[in-house]
Amino acid sequence: MNRPIASGAGRAFLPPDAPARPAKEFVVAVIGNPNTGKTTLFNALTGLTQHTGNYPGVTVESALGEFRVGQHRFHAVDLPGSYSLAPRAPDEMVAVRVLLGRGIGIVKPDVVLCVLDASHLDRNLYLLTQVLELGLPVVVALTMMDLAQRDGIVIDTDAIEQKLGVPVVAVHSTRRTGFDRLRQMLLRAAQERRAPRRHVGFPPGFDREVDSLQQLFPQNGQSPVPRFLVERLLADAGGFVEDELSQEHGESVRAAAVAARARLASAGTPVPQVEVDARYRWIGGVVDDHVRRSQRTDVSWTDRIDAVVTHKLWGTVVFLVAMAVTFQAIFAWAAPVMDLIDGAVQQVATWIGALMSEGPLRSMVLDGVIGGAGAVLVFVPQIAVLFALITVLEDSGYMARAAFLMDRIMSGFGLSGRSFIPLLSSFACAVPGIMSARAIENRRDRLVTILIAPLMSCSARLPVYVLFISAFVPAYAVGGVIGLQGLTLFGLYMIGLIVAPLVALVLKRTALRGPAVPFLLELPPYKIPSWRVVFFRMYDRSWAFIRRAGTIILATAILIWALSYYPRSADLTAKYETLKAQAPAAEVSRLEAEEAGEQLRGSYLGQMGQAVEPIVKPLGWDWKIGMAAIASFPAREVVIAALGTIYNLGSGESETSSELRDVMRAQRWPDGRPVYTPAVALSVMVFFALCCQCAATLATMKRETGSWRYPAITFVYMTTLAYVAAFVVYQLGSRMFGA
Amino acid sequence: MSTERTLADLAPSEQGRIRTVVGTDGLTQRLWELGFTPGQRVDVVRFAPLGDPIQVRVRGFDVALRRNEARRILLESEEA
Repeated sequence: MNRPIASGAGRAFLPPDAPARPAKEFVVAVIGNPNTGKTTLFNALTGLTQHTGNYPGVTVESALGEFRVGQHRFHAVDLPGSYSLAPRAPDEMVAVRVLLGRGIGIVKPDVVLCVLDASHLDRNLYLLTQVLELGLPVVVALTMMDLAQRDGIVIDTDAIEQKLGVPVVAVHSTRRTGFDRLRQMLLRAAQERRAPRRHVGFPPGFDREVDSLQQLFPQNGQSPVPRFLVERLLADAGGFVEDELSQEHGESVRAAAVAARARLASAGTPVPQVEVDARYRWIGGVVDDHVRRSQRTDVSWTDRIDAVVTHKLWGTVVFLVAMAVTFQAIFAWAAPVMDLIDGAVQQVATWIGALMSEGPLRSMVLDGVIGGAGAVLVFVPQIAVLFALITVLEDSGYMARAAFLMDRIMSGFGLSGRSFIPLLSSFACAVPGIMSARAIENRRDRLVTILIAPLMSCSARLPVYVLFISAFVPAYAVGGVIGLQGLTLFGLYMIGLIVAPLVALVLKRTALRGPAVPFLLELPPYKIPSWRVVFFRMYDRSWAFIRRAGTIILATAILIWALSYYPRSADLTAKYETLKAQAPAAEVSRLEAEEAGEQLRGSYLGQMGQAVEPIVKPLGWDWKIGMAAIASFPAREVVIAALGTIYNLGSGESETSSELRDVMRAQRWPDGRPVYTPAVALSVMVFFALCCQCAATLATMKRETGSWRYPAITFVYMTTLAYVAAFVVYQLGSRMFGA
Repeated sequence: MSTERTLADLAPSEQGRIRTVVGTDGLTQRLWELGFTPGQRVDVVRFAPLGDPIQVRVRGFDVALRRNEARRILLESEEA
């Protein structure tokens, strides 16, 4: 048999003294302008190893991944999209920190992969000129070559490679071309560790000022300040580097920088112009020599789409339709999969119920684990659909247009269109929403956006809405077209959209008052979204949800189960045993339910619940809803697990555990009135729409703002708002519906 | 003579040539970095439905900015 010898097996035949090259590990940082196809490239490079996590030493989450070149392993980090390395926003500072390896525990990359959009080469080269000055080996990936070609741009890649002095590889992420060479070049660059040569020269006056500012910093202290940062200190008036170095080395640093800038200005070379002029002059030379441009005459697709999408009338229609389709899809597309999961969970419950004998353990598994945490799993498909749609909106380029359309309205509340993207992402989850606020340069604007982001109806609220709507809102179509259920859902989403601007307005008038904030946003060409990127986001976020279901939700569900199972009253059990023995067969199940109800009332949870009932009574809730709401402060979707557990235990018939919504419909007050009237259901939903029941959100806020002050403010204002709104809704609703 | 002509004075589908960008703060720096540099041609593509912000094109890509910011971008007085 003629079998090819695998490389690993082949090595065994080498003479023992042959130097086997040891496999090494390298770190590669990927950087580029926004909208260059960087994420798609990162995805193609790292494949299924990609995940979101923390780069060593950096507290903010980024996309991480791995790939192999031969026997060597590369760890890759996808840095935030940046137009330049002059940090003005926190996410740009993250990029600079990682590239310079500055900060405790931050691993300096072995090589930088700079992604350049070939169809906008001049602007992209601006970032590259700065990256080339970091002293790290650099490899350039050229993306969007097909777009450039279509625009009549012809690039002499070899000549540009010569000129830059670093490898330049044209890649196509969906067709996967150029990746072999890209990986080889990354390996070679990481092994040779040669710093690229510097191309852009500044006027001598600028260099002299940098030299003298450098004297302010100890040359061999714990963290020597590299020349790159000193240049940034000089060039970026009021920038992040100025703030940071002044904090570390005293305010004299700021004073020296201000004085140096004044000298440069009077010499006719003011910052920031002097730096930008020098870079673009050099770029102009490269582009003039090696890029040919023929004037295109036809109107591009992007222009044609924009003519509709940003039109006064049609643009508004498209915007509303896009939002409506998103919400409709969440209900319609996810439903079949949800039914499947629900069926599977029920099936597992039946099997396990048949296998185990009566007792606390069986009760915990059925009522706590399956009835609680299992009930949450049903909502995974909706989370997946929501994240997929938001990623499509973002990746296609529509999100930027939505920000363009909304800016005027947002400016009425003291915000800018920039805040629109974090706020819209918060509809998926406030955690990535708050993190994406990093891209907002203005601090006050960023804080307001972070403080109102949790008001957007996140995907964790969706299960709560879906449960209550499907249980208590009739599937009736208004005028035969628009479903009342969908309409209610839309209304709940609108609550956040109405309240958030009002809160922003109050904040902008009081605690975070300041001058109007500028708005500047690139409108990238439209493109077909990368399905790999969409799939990855969907998969990543759904897994995060399932992990939560397996940890925090499971733990809370078991805790609630224990609180509502113990203490068991032996007297009660004995009493009902005798009653059941005497009663006719038809009466037994009624007696069992009665017994379960009494046991639950006597449990720790029941005792606590009755203590809090006076607080939740004005909202129309009974103590069971009250306890479920309180239990869900760590994570709001816990409420489903909590209700599931409480009602399962309270029904005494978990072996035929029927669907939660049927159980809820059957709930009665002691006097026989149904617990859930439409007014009560609305009051619960409104409470959940406005309340800040999410420990992860509060923790993220603390991390992003650097203090507990803002999460504390958020928690207090949202909880108060939620209580007051639920109160008003119930009091008005119960009078309107007459119950 | 007349007051300075700025990017905010242009109507949709008009264009001009950049003379300079005024200011020293972060926004001015960002405009420079994006390529709003002296001598560059800049086109106003359209206004947003509510009249502000405006969509402009420089170096082959589109940027949305408010009129207030567009006022920092001074244009050469006469088309050569």
